[in-house]
Amino acid sequence: MSPGTPRELMDARAVEGALARMARELVERNGGAGDMLLIGVHRRGVPLSERLADEIERTGGERPPVGSLDITLYRDDLMAIGPRPVVGETRLPGSGIDGRVVVIVDDVLYTGRTVRAALDELADFGRPARITLCVLVDRGGRELPIQPDVVGMRVDAAADERVEVLVPPLDDRLGVVVAPRQEAGA
Amino acid sequence: MTPPPTFLGKDLIGLEHLQAEQIRAILDTAETFKEISERPIKKVPVLRGKTIVNLFFEPSTRTRISFEFAEKRLSADTVNVAATGSSVTKGETLVDTARNLEAMRIDMVVIRHSASGAARFLAERIPSNVINAGDGRHEHPTQGLLDLLTIRDHRGAIEGLKVCIVGDVLHSRVARSNIWGLLKLGAEVAVCGPATLMPAAVETLGVRFFRRIEDAIEWADVLNVLRLQLERMHAGYVPSLREYNRFFGVSKERLAAAPRDVLVLHPGPMNRGVEIDSDVADGPCSVILDQVTNGVAVRMAVLYLLAGGRPETAEAAKAGP
Repeated sequence: MSPGTPRELMDARAVEGALARMARELVERNGGAGDMLLIGVHRRGVPLSERLADEIERTGGERPPVGSLDITLYRDDLMAIGPRPVVGETRLPGSGIDGRVVVIVDDVLYTGRTVRAALDELADFGRPARITLCVLVDRGGRELPIQPDVVGMRVDAAADERVEVLVPPLDDRLGVVVAPRQEAGA
Repeated sequence: MTPPPTFLGKDLIGLEHLQAEQIRAILDTAETFKEISERPIKKVPVLRGKTIVNLFFEPSTRTRISFEFAEKRLSADTVNVAATGSSVTKGETLVDTARNLEAMRIDMVVIRHSASGAARFLAERIPSNVINAGDGRHEHPTQGLLDLLTIRDHRGAIEGLKVCIVGDVLHSRVARSNIWGLLKLGAEVAVCGPATLMPAAVETLGVRFFRRIEDAIEWADVLNVLRLQLERMHAGYVPSLREYNRFFGVSKERLAAAPRDVLVLHPGPMNRGVEIDSDVADGPCSVILDQVTNGVAVRMAVLYLLAGGRPETAEAAKAGP
């Protein structure tokens, strides 16, 4: 394999299997799906949280409400990267997050800074009973004391590699690949 | 230390020199920022630690408060300086005021001034980001942007719409910002009003000119009705407010004759019974209060996009989170 070729870590079946297991774990940890709120981190956390909700419903649980969180405005490096022209949507269920079990859903956990920002943003919306972190891939490399509660897969990726989750409708298929980091436009 | 140019450049002076793509990005950003004002805690930490001076050399309530809300909802620290037109005028004094503020280490200045060109004059002389909140007869870009956003919200797109600006175009910075912005986004633009209140050769701006309000209403999808300032009557531009209302007032009867639903905007403050009748201002066609709501979101978007970052650290920051 030549350098620069993306390497597949999970195919569609593996991701589906992982999501099914994660959904079960979430329900078990929480003792049921009641009070649970799934909050997908913009962008790929959003369709993943929808899939987890579908999965919880499919296995007989009550479908938890799903929301989305764009953490751009809470990033600790916002002034360094420069503003992104368009910020995504933060949309929380109408019932609010007070007293609920909030599950933060993201595609890849790396430095932990996104999760830090998500925690800050959630605190501005209310006081959940508990916040749980659920990620499809934990690639290591943490820069903050943040750990996931529910993980689909763990992988040790090098700093010059990029772990990408592919999920429809943002991508044309379901999967996880690791590729060399792009120099520009990352 | 001069901040580097951002997506919008260092300053926002007017819409004349913006690209359509930049205007669309401001509107899209404003669209997502609207939601922040609906939250229980209406604040995000984007401009935490930034100091913004609102330098208003002309009286303003709506624009100043709107900017202040936008700044506070982005967590900036703000100072309001209201200078009267007599004590501080253009030229060196303006720069001296700003340099003194600079010496206290500020990041942005929002300026309203009676002299056309005051915002650019200031922007070229201080390193802080400068936002034009209205300079003389030149431009009022955030008003133009909030008008664009309001029209887009209600009509889906700007492109192909027929928008007529009614009233005192000659003295209006709102008219100029609207004309530039609308044309760039592909609208057809017209103006309507007494010939005494039209710039010479107004068609060279790329707009049509209607002498009769009835013709304008028949043509337009959107009317943006400008405020007729009382001073214009004293200066002899119009014989009387009553006569102005009779010939150019936007009334329910005139709108009823329109072949389609017309959207009515007004930048405020309104002279009810002069340029616009109360039953229009408060009627179903009016989106005047939507304009006010959108004003905060648009100003948040502009502040956010101007508060850009440093390219030398951008590469490192891309790695995370």
